[in-house]
Amino acid sequence: MEDSVPALRIEDLKKLYAKDKKVAGTEALKGVSLTIQKGEFFGLLGPNGAGKTSLIGIASGLVVKTSGTVEVMGSPIDTDPVTAKTHIGLVPQELNFDIFETPLNIIVNQAGYYGIPRATALPRAEQILKDLGLWDKRDVASQKLSGGMKRRLLIARALIHEPRILLLDEPTAGVDVELRRGMWEYLRKINAAGTTIVLTTHYLEEAEQLCKRVAIINKGEIIEQGSVKELIGKLSFATLLLDTVEPVTPAQIALMRDLPVTVIDDNTLELTLKPNEIVNDSIRLMTKIGISIKNIRNSGSRLEEVFVNLIEKGS
Amino acid sequence: MTTAPIFIGYYTMLRKDIRRILRIWSQTLLPPVVTTTLYYLIFGAFIGSQVQPIDGFSYMQFIVPGLVMMTVITSAYMNTVSTFYFAKWVHTLDELLVSPMPSWVVIAGFVSGGVARAVMVAVLVLIVSLFFTHMTIVSIGIVIAAILLTAILFALAGLLNGMFAKSFDAISIIPTFVLTPLTYLGGVFYSIDQLPEFFRIISLANPVLYMVNAFRYGFLGISDVPIGLAFGVMIGFIVVLLAIVLWLFHKGAGLKN
Ligand SMILES: Nc1ncnc2c1ncn2[C@@H]1O[C@H](COP(=O)(O)OP(=O)(O)OP(=O)(O)O)[C@@H](O)[C@H]1O
Ligand SMILES: [Mg+2]
Repeated sequence: MEDSVPALRIEDLKKLYAKDKKVAGTEALKGVSLTIQKGEFFGLLGPNGAGKTSLIGIASGLVVKTSGTVEVMGSPIDTDPVTAKTHIGLVPQELNFDIFETPLNIIVNQAGYYGIPRATALPRAEQILKDLGLWDKRDVASQKLSGGMKRRLLIARALIHEPRILLLDEPTAGVDVELRRGMWEYLRKINAAGTTIVLTTHYLEEAEQLCKRVAIINKGEIIEQGSVKELIGKLSFATLLLDTVEPVTPAQIALMRDLPVTVIDDNTLELTLKPNEIVNDSIRLMTKIGISIKNIRNSGSRLEEVFVNLIEKGS
Repeated sequence: MTTAPIFIGYYTMLRKDIRRILRIWSQTLLPPVVTTTLYYLIFGAFIGSQVQPIDGFSYMQFIVPGLVMMTVITSAYMNTVSTFYFAKWVHTLDELLVSPMPSWVVIAGFVSGGVARAVMVAVLVLIVSLFFTHMTIVSIGIVIAAILLTAILFALAGLLNGMFAKSFDAISIIPTFVLTPLTYLGGVFYSIDQLPEFFRIISLANPVLYMVNAFRYGFLGISDVPIGLAFGVMIGFIVVLLAIVLWLFHKGAGLKN
C-alpha cells in the first residue's frame, strides 16, 4: 500500500502572481499535473520564466498556490504541511543562506529548524560536508566560499534532515564542468540510496545524464513528458551530414528545394529527417540530379533539439 | 511536529539571535546604555536636582523606570524589525519557511530574540542607574511582567514593520515618527497629573503611558493609571498585533521582497 503512494503528486496546479503597481499579474502555472514515483530521478526542463521555480516553490512551501492539489509522500501540503515539509529538501535557485555564518552553523541551525538536536546534527553535518568537500571550510564565513562551494553548501543544507525527496532548482548553474560532474556523481549516489530527486536545469546534457524521466514545461504548461529515450526517439529530428564528392551547384540547390536539406558549405549538406521520413527518398533525388555522396555522418539527435523544436512549436 | 522538535526549532532561532546580539554588542547593547547614561546625567543629576520631588520620590528615581522602559521599547522593536527585514532581504527567511516549523513558532522565535535583547539592555541600564540613585522595588512580579509584556508588544510591532517594509529606509520611518514621539510623550519624564487637563486626557490615548506607569508602579508603587487597566492595554495590543502577524504569515504576505 505504502509503495503505491507517489513521492510527489501534483494535480491541476495553478499559480497566479497578483498584479503589482508596476507589473501586470502573471499566470505562472496554468493547471499543471505531474506524478513522480518514489526513487525516481526526474527532470523538469523549460526556458526562462516557464514556471519551474514557482512549481518547486509551491511543493516546498515557499510559494502559496492559487489552486490545485499537491501531495508529498501522500501528505497534502494544505492539510498536513508539517509532514509534507519534513519529507522535502530544497536546493533553491538563488543562494539564500546567511553569508556571515559559517557552513557548519548554517547546516546545524537548519537541522534545528527541522527539530533535530545539535548533538545529532553535528556528526551528520560532518559527514555531509566531507562528502561534498566542504569540511575544510566549515568554520569560514560562507561569503568567503567560491561560487561552486556555495552551491554545494546549498545541497548540504538540503540534506541535513535526511529528506525523502530532494528538489534541486538549477543546482549546477555557474559550476565548472569538472565540479558539475562531481555533483552529478554525488546526486546519483543519493538517488541510488533511495532519495527521490527532482531537478530543474537548463543544461540538457545534465538531464540526459541524470534523469530517467523528464517533463518539459513552457509558459506554465507541461507540453511533453516521458522517459528521456522515448522523448528523443519519438520527437527528435535525426540530423545527417552528407559530404559530397563535387561542390554543389546553385542549380542543384534549386532542384533540392523540396527536400529537408540545408547547405552547410559547398561540400556539406545537412539533412534533417522527421521520425517517419526515410533517408532513401532524399538520396534518390540527389543521385538523380547528379550529386554524388562520399560519406554520411550522423550528427546525432539530442534532447537539446527536441527541446528547441517543442518550444518553437508551442509558440 | 511534536512538542520536542518544535522546541528545538524555537531554541535554535533564539540561540542564533542571542549569539548575534552578543557578537555585535557594540551595535546592539552599547548604544542604549550610553544614551540612557546621558539621560541619567542630564535629567537626573543636573536638571533633576532642581526639580520638586514627585509623590515623595526624587526626579532621578522617578525617571529611571521610564528611561528603562524607553530602552526596552526601542531595543525590542529595532531587533525584530532589523532581523526580520534582513532575513527577508537576503532570503534567509526561506530557511525558516521551508522548515516544518509552524508560523507561530517562527513568530515566537523572532519575538523572543527581541525580548532577549530588550531584557539584556534593561538589566544593563538598571545596573547603571544604581550609580546615580538607589531604587526600591515594590513588586518584582510587576516589574518582570511589565518588561516582558512591553518587549513582546514592541517586538511584534517591529516584526509587523519588517513585514511591510519595502526598503531599509522604511524600517526607520516608524521608529522616528511614531515610536520616539510616543515614548517621549508617554510619561517617561513627567507625571501626567502635572499636565493641563486637556493634555492629560490626550496622553491617556498613548499606549506607552500604560507600560511606563505599570513598570514605575513595580518599583515605586505610584502610577498615573490603574495597574489593572495598564496590563489590560498591553495584553490587548499584544493580542491584536499577534493576530495580524499570524494572519499575514498564513496568507504568505510580507514574507517576500
Ligand atoms: N514573486 C513573483 N511575483 C510576480 N511574478 C513572478 C514571481 N515569481 C515569478 N514570477 C513570474 O512567474 C513566471 C514563472 O517564473 P518562474 O521563476 O517560476 O520561472 P522559471 O521556470 O523558474 O524560470 P528560470 O528558468 O528563469 O528560473 C515568470 O513570468 C515570472 O516573471
Ligand atoms: Mg527558476
